[in-house]
Amino acid sequence: MEDKNKESLHLKLIPYFEKYGILLLLVLMILVMHILQPDVFLSWRNVTNVFKQISWQSMLALGVFMVIVTAGIDLSVGSIMMLSLMILAVVAKAGAPWFIVVMTPLIAGFLCGLFNGLGITLLRMPHPFIMTLGTLYIFRGAGNLISGGTPISGFTDEVRYLGHGRIDLQWLGLEKSQYLPVSLVLIAIVYIIFWIFLNHSKTGKWIYAIGGNPNAARASGINVNKILVIVYSLCGFLSGIGALILAGRTDSGYPNAGLQSELDAIAACIIGGASFFGGRGTVLGVFAGVMIMGILRNGLNLMDVSSFWQQVLIGSIIVLAVYIDVLRRDLGTRK
Amino acid sequence: MSTSNELLLEAKGITKYFGTITALENVNLKVHAGECLGVVGDNGAGKSTLMKVLSGLYKPSSGSLHFQGKEQVLNSPRDSQILGLEMVYQDLALAGNLPIGENIFLGREPTKNLGFLKFLDFKKIKELTNAHLDKLKINVKSADQKVEELSGGQRQAVAIARSTAFNAKVVIMDEPTAALAIKEVGKVLDLINGLKKTGVGVIVISHRMDDIFTVCDRVMALFQGTNFAEAELKSTTRDEVIGWIMGKK
Repeated sequence: MEDKNKESLHLKLIPYFEKYGILLLLVLMILVMHILQPDVFLSWRNVTNVFKQISWQSMLALGVFMVIVTAGIDLSVGSIMMLSLMILAVVAKAGAPWFIVVMTPLIAGFLCGLFNGLGITLLRMPHPFIMTLGTLYIFRGAGNLISGGTPISGFTDEVRYLGHGRIDLQWLGLEKSQYLPVSLVLIAIVYIIFWIFLNHSKTGKWIYAIGGNPNAARASGINVNKILVIVYSLCGFLSGIGALILAGRTDSGYPNAGLQSELDAIAACIIGGASFFGGRGTVLGVFAGVMIMGILRNGLNLMDVSSFWQQVLIGSIIVLAVYIDVLRRDLGTRK
Repeated sequence: MSTSNELLLEAKGITKYFGTITALENVNLKVHAGECLGVVGDNGAGKSTLMKVLSGLYKPSSGSLHFQGKEQVLNSPRDSQILGLEMVYQDLALAGNLPIGENIFLGREPTKNLGFLKFLDFKKIKELTNAHLDKLKINVKSADQKVEELSGGQRQAVAIARSTAFNAKVVIMDEPTAALAIKEVGKVLDLINGLKKTGVGVIVISHRMDDIFTVCDRVMALFQGTNFAEAELKSTTRDEVIGWIMGKK
């Protein structure tokens, strides 16, 4: 009898573990880093630094996450961000007013995503991998064509605000160095909006349904192609926000912007528990995935570990995270 | 059986080509309220194609569909749903990653408005789901259970619940017992008999004679894409129906 109770408790805990297990890992990592670097790691300066570093990656990861939920993939987010950044730089250099400059990467990103979505659905590509692999080259090439392949630097403060702005907290009695980066607030706002969108709107529910079983979605009268176009467009739009943040952070449009960042974005989703087969994963998980990668890089930098080891470690964490996921699923499925 | 014998659905002269292949040729079909029509035929006889035409997934190359006496052109499954015609697919067409309730209301989720924004009304989904499952006497642990955690019979029950959640007048079922354990078949057949009593017209595609002879009132056979034979269940035998499937009269 007691044994039975124990098992039911264990079964009850599984869903929570499935939902919040990744946060546990994140907290564990923060604790370990804190023990290893007690003076620095949790200092105001370093924590805001981590958030500034993950700011634009978190946008790409969120976009790629939505695509992965539909059982698709978007390899072009890094290139979309670079192209949007270059368009922003060219428009800024041409002397456009700031409110036009800040709109350009958002529109450019959205249009790039729309191009992906229409390509995948209208051209009936066998897999989104192929379309977005193509546009990975196309968008980066286009970015270099319009900028001549050279960096373009120097933006106004308004343009740099989202990536570089600071919210002063002295009115709370804090010191001047204890400011809140605008990019941190932006991450919070964007993630909350997309959490609501994915979990509480019809379209969001349909995105999960398409990932779970596209035939079921189609049979339910859902216009699967339309939803896919929306998803890829939003993914491009988020990459455009990433470009705007990056413009603020670096004050420059440069040809190598976002190189291989699509792989970081995919890695963050996978670490955060999204399934490549679609239909699974949470916004909170993606955020945890982005944070884990950011903290790992930051912590290893603080400890002066070579970036080559960082690569080895991040790769290992991806494999480990997915293996834990496999074990977790074994526990959860009916036998 | 049923009090009214209203003619709900009639297909007239349905023909469907796929390129050079003729999948259906001049097929006719009728279903009345409270009646169960069994559709039998060998693999490739055109059963599934016919059902997909009826549900609006395929457009017929020629022929017409009449619903409650009125001709209708179906451009998508949504159109047939609006008319009260629902389909239970052989592969069940459920999203395993979503809970039972959200599957039942997939594509037609109740929402509540907050200003100009529409949000899913999870409370209402749950209430409606529980009420509907109770009505059909379907037992599951909770409406929040994910479909992938259910047994084959429970999934079939959810698929049927899904098809009847919106006052369906005609429900089409493609091989409703094909993927089930033997002990679950009975429950699903009971469910179908229950549907008939509520005045729903049911079309069951099956090649299990047990299914046909348990729930159907009339049986029609397709052979190589054409109407081959049709009879009231009372006036035929299993052996005769099996003969039709193989093209012998």
